[in-house]
Parts: sequence; structure tokens; C-alpha cells
Amino acid sequence: MTISVSESNNPLRDTRDKRLPRIAGPCSLVIFGVTGDLARKKLMPAVYDLANRGLLPPGFALTGFARRDWADQDFMQVVHDSVKEYARTPFREDVWDQLAAGCRFVPGDFGDDAAFDNLVQTIHDLDRVRGTDGNHAFYLSIPPKFFGDVLGQLKRSGLSAGDTTSWRRVVVEKPFGHNLASARELNRVLDEVFTPESVFRIDHYLGKETVQNLLALRFANTLFEPIWNRRYVDHVQITMAEDIGIGGRAGYYDGIGAARDVLQNHLLQLLALTAMEEPVCFQADTLRAEKLKVLSAIKLPADLATGSAFGVYAKGWQGGELVPGYAEEDGIPDSSRTETYAAVRLEVDTRRWAGVPFYVRTGKRLGRRVSEIAVVFQRAPHLPFTTTATEELGQNALVIRVQPDEGVTVRFGSKVPGTAMEVRDVNMDFAYGEAFTERSPEAYERLILDVLLGDPPLFPSSQEIDLSWQIVDPITSYWADHKPERYPAGTWGPKSADEMLARDGRVWRRP
Amino acid sequence: MIIDLPGTTAAAVGAALARARRSEGASTVAAALTLLVAVSERGADAAIAVASDAAREHPCRILVVIPRAPSANTKLDASIHARGPGETVTLRLYGSLGEHADSVVLPLLLPDTPVVLWWPSEAPDNPGESVLGRLAGRRITDATTAAKPLGALELRARTYSPGDTDFAWSRITPWRATLAAALDHGFDPVRSIEVSGATGNPSVPLLGAWLSNRLDAAVTIHATRGPGITGVVLRSDHGQIALTRPDGRRASLERTGSPARLVALSRRSDAECLAEELRRLDPDEPYAESVATVSTLARSRTRRRT
Repeated sequence: MTISVSESNNPLRDTRDKRLPRIAGPCSLVIFGVTGDLARKKLMPAVYDLANRGLLPPGFALTGFARRDWADQDFMQVVHDSVKEYARTPFREDVWDQLAAGCRFVPGDFGDDAAFDNLVQTIHDLDRVRGTDGNHAFYLSIPPKFFGDVLGQLKRSGLSAGDTTSWRRVVVEKPFGHNLASARELNRVLDEVFTPESVFRIDHYLGKETVQNLLALRFANTLFEPIWNRRYVDHVQITMAEDIGIGGRAGYYDGIGAARDVLQNHLLQLLALTAMEEPVCFQADTLRAEKLKVLSAIKLPADLATGSAFGVYAKGWQGGELVPGYAEEDGIPDSSRTETYAAVRLEVDTRRWAGVPFYVRTGKRLGRRVSEIAVVFQRAPHLPFTTTATEELGQNALVIRVQPDEGVTVRFGSKVPGTAMEVRDVNMDFAYGEAFTERSPEAYERLILDVLLGDPPLFPSSQEIDLSWQIVDPITSYWADHKPERYPAGTWGPKSADEMLARDGRVWRRP
Repeated sequence: MIIDLPGTTAAAVGAALARARRSEGASTVAAALTLLVAVSERGADAAIAVASDAAREHPCRILVVIPRAPSANTKLDASIHARGPGETVTLRLYGSLGEHADSVVLPLLLPDTPVVLWWPSEAPDNPGESVLGRLAGRRITDATTAAKPLGALELRARTYSPGDTDFAWSRITPWRATLAAALDHGFDPVRSIEVSGATGNPSVPLLGAWLSNRLDAAVTIHATRGPGITGVVLRSDHGQIALTRPDGRRASLERTGSPARLVALSRRSDAECLAEELRRLDPDEPYAESVATVSTLARSRTRRRT
């Protein structure tokens, strides 16, 4: 979003010339944990797709680091297979050849001095042979418990410091800690090794495309903003539902749970983007300032017993398949109290939103996979119809679908054709393009490109993460003393969540 | 679903479109624009394939206008292909109706959204003043398909009106992007420019013209066997940047004092070009300036075989 000084001096750049994409300067990407699912299914295919779109610099290099006895060729084969299977753009031999020529592999443990010295050597070679000019990004696609080791090694070996003309950047994935204290500790470690602007925190649920879609809808139109406040809005529901269970991720998930995994980052970010005031411009820092204001104005329910709900999925039929309950999943101890469903009623203490509840919920093994923000409006103050005519009329709603199937749905009342006067709810749908065609860049592509360009990311800053944990910590510590309520897999969550809304005279949307 | 409407009117086509939509269960049209394709019968199938491909990124209504047998009796044959999102309508205009294509198309344009007109091959001398061109905010031609491509490009410059653009320009976006990126991180003022490419390929002088305008330096055009553009050299007092692509697929970026860097730089398909055109619907000033410079360049061109 911002343009560096040298670029604005580039005579070939012209603000009127909207065709020219920004291509990263000479650089390389080093991925720690290349054998993991994320690297195989997302990162390496995204790198290829970027190359295929012509957005990577000439001479780009990709280095893998993992505890495997591999040579460069073996790694190249792994990248090849993952690209063939998961890339969204067509496989093209010439693009692949260039990428393959820049593939390197460094075997070793995260704590191994020799391996990192080897990495230093590899990177110097790349600078010499491929012309990466000392610009390198390190992607930590590894469990958080190894962050300390890798960051320490990056510091020791001097890899974390560029010189005056080159940069070094680091990418870390959510979760950013598991509570306020651990998030601060992670921050401290990162700060010791990298400068704040070199740290890219990534929440892959929240792609830049989604954020920009939301900003465009809210601030490029006159239609919605005048009613985007307590005078017209009754309440807001933010949902991120998954139909899958924890699969093989018991080790990661147990003890973490839905609130820490999704609510703390994704739901609160969506809430902030929905509730924030208009930023003065769309630069990362001004956007962040507005989000921070919302996060700092969020108020928890006075009584968490009635203002929050949590549950765990039990064995049940989902989409025509009998699936095991959470407790039956491999690797889950009998004593587990981890929640797979979390819902909470939040308020935003600002003039715009005073008295408007924001209900946020997330869960696994729910009815279907969906992620949406529903702004539900108040009923018309007066209905000049007979009550029978409007019996089936609900509340107007504007639904922003985040994923899958990005788009907007408007729900409003319309007369049922016929001689009787009868008004009923109808839905109007808009989807811009097909979000999952090869054309629209995937979240990881935009994210990796931002890192390589050094674009200030739209991703959460450490301050936002700090504030989010301050909201989530009291909830999880209250839940720690209680047992999560069971809900059958394939349904929309525990009864207590429905009761939470019923107390306010409301119901959850069926997304 | 395909609906054939032989010997019909625009109103009947409009009604059939509405019926088709209802029977598919769709209550709204999620379309961002109307894409008109003015094409001959011979090029129609290929053009429809390209347009449908681009429509996956840009939901639109495609209206394909095919003039037939100018001396026959006036008649309109239509065929609707609902493909969701959007639909493709092929309109065959017989007899003198071919000269009044606007009257058929006008009632079928989606309300209040942009209209883009694409001539996959032969285009009128003055696109902006043509019968269909007046309906469109964006007019896309392809000088490469003309009998004399360079002449066609010079004609484009003479009759330019805002909203015009040409595939000869969209084809060089990857070259322009790679060259612009090469200068992002500093380079001394460019003193001279060389552009090499296939004889008669209009993209070659167009790229030269753009570079010359932006860098304020003289450009020399070298004719080669191609394919397409084969190389660009930017010279400063202290060094040079050379981007060469001998095979139409892989390019090498060589900069004084740095190792050669390789990059894939494939020639672009028509579908990629069209999708790019549909992304930006405002007048393309850099194109206007570059195409205007091509004429000047043509006069001072030095020819040399390499």
C-alpha cells in the first residue's frame, strides 16, 4: 500500500498505469518445516502460483529446512509434487523450470549450529548464483514450541540481520501464544531478534482479499454506512463454522480449543473490521488505529455463565456420515475439557454501537462450513399492514459472506405474488466472480507477496493481539472451571448457545 | 442450456433471457458488465471460448454480434447459452440489419453497468465512432490480426478516443512489469533503449514507445525472427539492464555487476489479455501516449537485421 522512496522515483512507474503489478525485488524465501501439511498444501503451491502470475522476481529462490536426509533434488521433487497436486494455476514447464532451479534444501535440527551454518552458506551461494542480493524471508511453518530455537539460531548465525541495503524478514503463523502471558513472551523473543516492521504475523483465515472486500463494501458505498449504527442495527452475528473435526491435530488442538484457536484472532478481527470507524486512509497504520479503538472498547458480559456458551462435539451424523465425538478422536485424553465450540455476547462501548450486542461463535463439526458477518436490522417502527400480512416478515439483514463463496446477501421483505397482501422474507445474493477459480489469488499468495514486497501487512499487530487476549483470557479462565456441553456433530452447537440468544429475545441465523 | 430463436427480435431475446434465468432458479443477475463481441462467423467459436474464459473472472453478459450475408433479407437469428453466472447470446444479423447492430444490442445491455466491446479480428477504422463502438465505454481491438499490423496501430493512434485499447498493448504487460520492477531499486538515468522483436509485430514499437516516453531516451528498434518481443536493453552511463527472451517463454535479466537472473515470461493468451482488459474500465492514458508515440517512432525507425 505504501510506496518506497526509490519506487516513486522509478520513471517506469506511473500512478495512471494500473496494469503494472508490483513485483518483489530480488529475494528468496526460506521455509522451516517444509514437510508439514501447511507447507505442502499451501505455501509451496502459493509460491508457484505467484511465479506463474509473474509476481516473483527473476532469480527467486526457495530454500527448505527440515529434519530429513534430503538433497536439493529430493526437495525439488517434494515441491514438484505439492505444486502438481495443490497449485491453483495450470502447471507450466517453463515456470516450473525457473522455480526448480532456485530450490535448495538444508537438512538439520532446529537447535543444530552446524545446520544453520550450512543455511548461511546456502544463502550466500544464492546471493552469488541467483542474485538474491541478501534479501531473505524466513517462514516459520513449525509448532510454536520451536520458535525460540529457530529465532535463537537465526540470531546466532547472523541470518536475522541484513545490512543497510538488504532486508531480512520473519513470518509467524497464528496461534500467537495461548494466552496474554505467552503472547507477550513470544513477542519479546521476536523483538529481540527482528525489528517490529520485519515481523509478519499471519492469520490465514483472514486473507487480505476478505479485509479489502469488507472495506470496499462499507466505505466505498453510501448505501450502508448511514444505517451502520445503533439507530438501525439490532444486533450483529459473526460466525465461523467448520464441518470438519480436529482430524489428526489432537496434539495441537487439545488444551487450546475454539476460543484460542479462532475467536481470539479471526472473530475479533472480523468484529473490529465490522464495527470500526472509517479510517482516514487505507494504510496499514491508520487501519490498525481504528481496529485498536474497537478492540479496546469491547466489553465482556457481566455474567459469563449467561453471556457465553461453550461445547464439545459428540458422536453424530454429519452430512450423511457417522463421525466420532471429540472424546473418541485419537490422542484426546479422557480428562480433556477442551471446547470445540465457543460463543460469546460482546458489546462495543462506543456511541455508534452502544446497546448493540455482537454475538460471535465458532465451532467444529457444525452444520456446514461457513464464515459470515450478519448485520441484523431492527424491525420497521411501524408496519402499515395487518398483522397477518406481516406474520412471516423477519428482520432485514445484510450478510457478508467471508468464505467460502465470498459475496453479499441482503434479506428483505417482499410481497408474495397474489391477490392477498402478504409480506415475506427473501434473499438477494451477489458473488463477485467465483472465489475459488484459479484467477483470484489465494490468501497465502497475497500474504507471501506482501512479505516479499515488505508491504505493511493488514495482519494483526502485537498490540491488537495483546488486546484480543485481554478479551479472551477471562472467558477461557471462566470456562476452565466448567465442563463443556456436548452437542451432536452436524448440528449448530450446544443448547446453551441458543439459550444465550433466547434470553435476549433473539435467535441464531441458520447460515 | 441452449435456446435457439430463429427469426426473432431483441425484445423476444430479452424475454427468453428472463425466462431462462427464472427456470434456472436464479432470481438476480450477478453480472458486472456487458461484453459485446463483434466478430465474423469464421472467428466466432474461438472468440466465444476466449470471452467465456474471461467471464469466469468477470461475471458478465456476453453478446456476440455476427453480421451475415449483407445482401440477404433482413433477419435476426439468436441463440442463448445460459452458463451461469451470466449468459452468452449469439446474434446473427442478416442483410442490412448488420449496419444497425446497435438497435439489436441496445435493449439487451445490462442496465447501468459498463459496456465493453471487443473486436477479436477486423476492427473498424474509427472504433469510437463505429455503430457499436458508440455504445461501449471500453473498446478493445487487436492490431496484430490486421493485414498490416503496424499500419493498423498508427490508425489506432489517429482515431484514438478515451476508452480505446489494443491487445498489442495488453500482450506486453509482463514485459513492462518486469522492466519496471528492475528499475524499482534504483538505476542511473537511461541514455538509450533498444527493443528487438519480430518484424511487423505491433507490440515491438509499442513497447519501444512506452519506454522512450517514460525514460525520455531515444529508442532503436531491431527486427528479429521473434517470436514476439525478443529483447530490451536499457543503457545508462555506467551500465545496462538487458532482458532477453529468445524462445518466447523464458527470459534472462542481466544487469551490470549482477549474475544473470532467469524468469518465466511466457507469451500471453488472448483470454489472459481480455481478462486484464476487463479489470480496468477507465481510459488507459499510458496506452494513449504510447500509441501516439509509435507514429513518430515509425518515421525515425532504423532497420537492422540481427
